[in-house]
Amino acid sequence: MLDFIQQLVSGIALGCVYGLIALGFVLIYKATEVVNFAQGDLMMLGGFFVFTFIGLMGLDYWLGFLFAVCGMAVFGMATERILVRPILGYPQFSIVMATIGLGYFLRSIAGMIWGTDDLRIETPFSAGVLKVGDLVLAHDKLSVIVATVILCGVLYAFFNYTRMGTAMRATSENMLAAYYMGIPVKRVVSLIWAISAAVAACAGVLLAPITFIHSNVGLVLGLKAFPAAVLGGFGSIPGALVGGLIIGVIESLAGFYLPQGWKDIAPYIVLLVMLVVRPHGLFGPSMRKKV
Amino acid sequence: MRFVFKTDYDQDIRILKHSGYWWSYGVLLAVLIAAPFLLGSYLQSQLVFVFIYAIVGVALMILTGFTGQASLGHAAFLAIGAYTAGFLQSHGVPFIVYFPTAAILTGVVGALVGFPALRLTGIYLVIATIAFAFIVEEVLARWESVTHGNEGMRVRALDLAGIPVPRDSEAFYFLCLLVLVGVILLALNLLRSPTGRAFVAIRDSETAGKSMGIDLAAYKVKSFAISAAITGMAGVLFAHKMTFISPEMFTLLLSIEFIMVIIIGGAFGVHGAILGAIFMVMVDPFLTALKDDVPVLAASVASSFGMAQDAATQLQDKLSKIGSAAGLKGAIYGLIIMMFILFEPYGLYGRWLKVKLFFQLFPLYKRATFKRQKTYVKSERNR
Repeated sequence: MLDFIQQLVSGIALGCVYGLIALGFVLIYKATEVVNFAQGDLMMLGGFFVFTFIGLMGLDYWLGFLFAVCGMAVFGMATERILVRPILGYPQFSIVMATIGLGYFLRSIAGMIWGTDDLRIETPFSAGVLKVGDLVLAHDKLSVIVATVILCGVLYAFFNYTRMGTAMRATSENMLAAYYMGIPVKRVVSLIWAISAAVAACAGVLLAPITFIHSNVGLVLGLKAFPAAVLGGFGSIPGALVGGLIIGVIESLAGFYLPQGWKDIAPYIVLLVMLVVRPHGLFGPSMRKKV
Repeated sequence: MRFVFKTDYDQDIRILKHSGYWWSYGVLLAVLIAAPFLLGSYLQSQLVFVFIYAIVGVALMILTGFTGQASLGHAAFLAIGAYTAGFLQSHGVPFIVYFPTAAILTGVVGALVGFPALRLTGIYLVIATIAFAFIVEEVLARWESVTHGNEGMRVRALDLAGIPVPRDSEAFYFLCLLVLVGVILLALNLLRSPTGRAFVAIRDSETAGKSMGIDLAAYKVKSFAISAAITGMAGVLFAHKMTFISPEMFTLLLSIEFIMVIIIGGAFGVHGAILGAIFMVMVDPFLTALKDDVPVLAASVASSFGMAQDAATQLQDKLSKIGSAAGLKGAIYGLIIMMFILFEPYGLYGRWLKVKLFFQLFPLYKRATFKRQKTYVKSERNR
């Protein structure tokens, strides 16, 4: 039983990371119908940013965290301006390929700049553990869970109670109508990319003590975040988190109870089953065909 | 400029539109037949890879370019073809049997993948094919009694009715050429048949196609099956060319390379698949050559512009250091994908058509002929 709870908690922590990456997918998808295959690589880049600020420049952890998130927000905006805006409105698949290309590019460049070794940083959560009875919870994993909850709360409030958040929801409903209503759609889209990259950076920073910083970490985790996003319904923000949690827990339990090899493919089996049974996910709106 | 005045439908769907086609394609075929006797063994081997990539390119073109169903799982189909060949060959089955068996088996698997595709469009389909490819990769690594797991599997030289055909021989080159030409003819004939027109209708509008009486389910599954079967054939040739196959050869990156073939070449015609295959196979040796030559060239240019000898040497060192950095290839691949999508969305074949049209219409060419339409309304979500 204890093992089960232990696995459950580490699965939830892992799931929160998937959830954060999936959140990035969902934000961009909701607003622009672009699926950003480079989301995991943005996360990786966030990890490297924070390594540069903390590990190389010797800044304080929280300052480095802030700088990395801001840096990634600017990077996300630049990506939108250079790569996505010129091809927005073209068939979806070409944009998907462009972001795959971006992911390729970022992975290689990061490998060239920061090397291919595992990097690590000192964080306030690196060593400590919390003991509840016989249960041992590492601080780094707890920090991921807490940060995810906070981040989700902030994003939820932003989307529901601010003017810009409302504009973003309007853009995601119908870009053309939003234009007519005087919403600065281009700026909104830029901002969404910035937020999404910032969320990815948060995930990268929180993950740094757990998986270390490596140029391929984004590819692996990014591809596992897809099942999470699909499971929750691609256009739903709470869905992304719930999907992430489910995938994380399934992966963790499959790694513990099933023979070797199942851990890696369990998320994809769940994904395929989900796509066949309920393609619009747990929380996604059911879609109607229009001519 | 030649005007072909069409008077009936048969003329419209003819593969060789006019006598000029006989000449140009005849010459091309003659050159390809003569090639192994003229080229060195290295280039011949590269050409074989071009043929294999082109076969996969044609398969993807049928699925993505003509039916509009994206797939990032074609490496898995290639793997199934390759492993079927390897397994059956090691059990003494002759080539003439396992070649079609691999194609049929891959086609059946492709049809099974096609079934979920009935309910999925766009991005969901891409994700589903990725998931499928991951599962296949894992199965190959774990099903050790058949695939030998991660250790990989040796594939013996191809045996064609008692005559051995080693991977570097001219005979193997001709076999690949034959399969490619056969696949191209099959694709061209398929695409001008009612089936092919149904594929195009599905691509352009599923709803419109459905209301014209096209059975979406049947045609999507058919398209997947055909595309997978062709990829399976390429897989057999691939296995024999590599002589060693292991699960880590058939990763997502290979699927992306295959998609690059049709993006770079242009997804709307056989020419595109071939041009893309040539590009993808040749880009690697080309980069290797550049890596050696560019630093030297840059240094000599710099010194001829009056740079001091030391500085020029330093520049050369620096450039060759960048050139030999690990992972440069990935960065260049990424750049190539992004550049083609941003600036040349119709690919190399599209550029060729533009250049051709420019000369045909000489003073009257206008850019807008090839302009794509942008749509900002939510089309994909409601489709």
